[in-house]
Amino acid sequence: MKINDTSRREFITSGLLASLAIAGCSTKENPFAPDENDLVQPSGEKVKLLSVDGEIIEVDKAFLKPVPDLPTVSNEAARIGIKGKKFVMVIDLSRCKSLKKCQTACNHMHHIHPDQNWIKVYAMQDADHTAPYWQPTTCMHCDEPPCVKVCPVDATFKRQDGIVLIDSDRCIGCRFCMAACPYSTRVFNWEDPGLSKEIADKPYSCETSVPQKTGTVGKCDFCPDMVRQGSLPHCVSACPNGVFMFGDMNEDTVSNGPETFRFSDLIRDKAGYRLMEDLGTKPSVYYLPPVNRNFPFENKEEEGTEKINPKS
Amino acid sequence: MENLTSQKITEDLLPQEFGKQGKIWVAFLLVLCAIGAYAYYRQLSEGLVVTSMRDYASWGIYISNFVFFVAISLVGSLITAVLRLTNVHWSTPLTRIAEIIAVSAITFASLIIIVDMGRPERFYNLFLHGRLQSPIIWDVIVITTYFFISILLLYFPLLPDFQILLRFKEKTGKSLNKLYSFLGSFWKNTPAQIKISDKAINILSITIIPVAFSIHTVTSWLFATTYRPGWDSTNFGAYFISGAFLVGAGGVIVAMYIFRTHYKLEKYITNEHFDKMGKILVLLALLYLYFNVNEFLVPAFKMKKSEEEHLVGLFTGEFAPVFWFAITTAMIIPILILLFKKGRKPLPAFIAGILVVVGSWFKRYLIVTPTLLHPFLPMHDVPQNYMHYFPSWEEWAIAIGSLAGALLVITFFARIFPIIPIHETIIENEQHEKA
Repeated sequence: MKINDTSRREFITSGLLASLAIAGCSTKENPFAPDENDLVQPSGEKVKLLSVDGEIIEVDKAFLKPVPDLPTVSNEAARIGIKGKKFVMVIDLSRCKSLKKCQTACNHMHHIHPDQNWIKVYAMQDADHTAPYWQPTTCMHCDEPPCVKVCPVDATFKRQDGIVLIDSDRCIGCRFCMAACPYSTRVFNWEDPGLSKEIADKPYSCETSVPQKTGTVGKCDFCPDMVRQGSLPHCVSACPNGVFMFGDMNEDTVSNGPETFRFSDLIRDKAGYRLMEDLGTKPSVYYLPPVNRNFPFENKEEEGTEKINPKS
Repeated sequence: MENLTSQKITEDLLPQEFGKQGKIWVAFLLVLCAIGAYAYYRQLSEGLVVTSMRDYASWGIYISNFVFFVAISLVGSLITAVLRLTNVHWSTPLTRIAEIIAVSAITFASLIIIVDMGRPERFYNLFLHGRLQSPIIWDVIVITTYFFISILLLYFPLLPDFQILLRFKEKTGKSLNKLYSFLGSFWKNTPAQIKISDKAINILSITIIPVAFSIHTVTSWLFATTYRPGWDSTNFGAYFISGAFLVGAGGVIVAMYIFRTHYKLEKYITNEHFDKMGKILVLLALLYLYFNVNEFLVPAFKMKKSEEEHLVGLFTGEFAPVFWFAITTAMIIPILILLFKKGRKPLPAFIAGILVVVGSWFKRYLIVTPTLLHPFLPMHDVPQNYMHYFPSWEEWAIAIGSLAGALLVITFFARIFPIIPIHETIIENEQHEKA
C-alpha cells in the first residue's frame, strides 16, 4: 500500500511537471517530443494521471518519461514573477525553539558558503526584564525595498508577486544593498562558495539562486522555484514545529504544510506585526508574538542572549 | 614679491630634473605601488576574501580611502574657483598645485572604487543597466564631470606656459618638448585666443563649484540614504563638504611646503602664503568641528537605543582611540597651532597640514566601518571573525599603494610641467610693479 502511494504521488508530480514544462517552456527543444529512435511499445500497464484540465486520465506506463531537470524559467520571466500572486510569510515565534532545521535545509538547497546563512535564528530580548525568545529571520521581501532602491545596475529587483530577487550574472558586487538593508539579510560571496562542479556549471537562475557566484550578493529568495512546482519553500517544509507559514495574500491563505490558515484571521487573532515598521520598508514577512509558547526558552549557546529592541 | 624680471621668473619656475632626493622619492613610491599592485593581483585571483571585510563590515578602508580621495580633490575648486572668482590674487601660485591634487585624487578615487567591487570586470553594467535612481550612478556622473572640468582647469592655464617652455628647448629636453608642442603648439598668445581662454576658465570656475559640492554631497548620500545609525543624518552633506575643504587645504599646505623647500621657490611661495592658507585652515577646521559637534552631540544627548551602541563604541568603546586621535589631530591641534601668528610660519603650518591630512584619513574610516559593525539586529549566526574588522595586509597595501600612486602623479606632473604658473606669475609681477 505504501509503495503504491508513493508511486502514485510520483506520477502526479511528473504529470504536473510535464504540464508546467509545456505551459512555461522556454527552451527551444521540447523535451516531451517523441524521439524517433526509441519508439515506445505500450506495456499494457495503465496509470491514472491528473490532466491539465483537472480530469483523471489513464496513460500507459511506458509512455511516461522521467524528467531529469525541469526547464527553469527564463531570466525575463523570473524578473516579472508569477502573475496574480502576492507572496507572504508568517513566522510564529511561539513555536520556535531554535532547532535551525530551516537554516540547514536552506543552506543545503541553495548551496551557500559554509560560513554563511540566509536564515538566521536570533536569541532576542527586547529589554532587561522582558522575556527572551527566538526570532528566525529571512529576507523580508519588502514592498519598499531599500536594497532595490540603491542598486546601481538593477541586479536586485522587486517582482509583481512581491518577491525580491538577485541576478548574480549582473551583480557588480558593490555591496550598497547590504549597507542599505536594515535587516542584515544579505550576504556576500567573499570567495568561491565551494560548489561541486555539477552545481557550479549550471546556468544561474534568479529563482533558485543557484549557483552562488564569487563576488556577488546572495540572500533568501522565498524559493519561487518551489512555489512554481506547487511546493512550499524549503524552510517552511523543513520546520518540524510549523513555525513558518507561507502563502498568497490574494488568496488570503498561509500554510506550513499540515495546517492552513486564513492569513487575515491569523494576523488579527494573534496580533501579527512586522519588523522595524517605523522604517517604512513594508516587509512581506509577518511575525506572531511569542506568547503561549510551545517550548520554554533555553539558550544552549554560551554567548547568552543578545539584547536589542528591533520591534517598535 | 620682490622685483623680478620675466627672465628670472621663467628660469626659476622651469621644470627641473629629479635630483638624488627626487629619484629616491620616486623609487620609494614605485615600490609602494608595486606592492599594492601585487596585493590587487592576489585579490583578483582569490576574491575579496583576502580582505578582512565580511558580511557585517562589508565596506572597509577601500571605501574610506575613496571618501578621503574625493574629499581632498575638492580643494581644486576651493583654490582655483572660489578664490579666483572672489578676485583673490595671492592664490595664483597655488592654483596649479591645488588643481593637480584634485585631478590625481579624483582619478584614484575612481580606481579605488573599482578595487572595492566584487566583480570589476562587470563595470560596464553601470552603463548598460545603470539605474538613475541609484546614488551610485549619481556619483559616477558627477565624479566623471568633475574629473573633466578639473582636467580642463589644469590644461587651459597651462597653454601660455607651453609657449614659454617651447622657447627653452635645451633646458627641457627633446622628448618633453615634443609633448609640449603636441599639447600646446597651437597657442600663439593672440588677443583672440586669450579672450577665449579667459572666458572658458571663468565658465569652468563657475561650473566647478556646484559640481564639486555635488561630488562630495552625493558621496555622503551613499551613507545618508540608508537607515543605519551613524549614517542616517541630514547633516551629512554639509559635514562631508566642510571636512573635504579642510583636508584639501591641509594637503595644499603640505604640498606648498615640499615644493617650496625642494625647488627653492621661497620667492614665489612666500611666508605670507602660509600665513593666509593657515588662516583658511583654521576657519575650515572650526567649521568642521562645528559640524562634528552637531553630528555627535545631538544624537548623544538623546541616546536612542539604535544609536547608543554606535556612539558609545566611538566615545569610550572599541573605536575610541581612533576617534579621539582623529578629532585631536585633524581639528584641535591644528587649530591650536594655526591660531597664533608664529604657528602660521611655513614649518609649523606644514606640520599642522600633515596632522590634518592624517587625522582626516582616519576620520573617514570612522565614518564608514563602525556604523556597519552596529547593525539594527545583533550580529549573529556568523563566524567570530565576521564580528570585527581590522584591514588585512592586502587592504593596507592597496590603500597605501593608491595613496602612493596619487603622490606619484603629482610628482611626475611637477617634473614635466611648471608647478607654479609661469605666465600668470609674470603678468601679476608686471601689474604689481606698475602699481
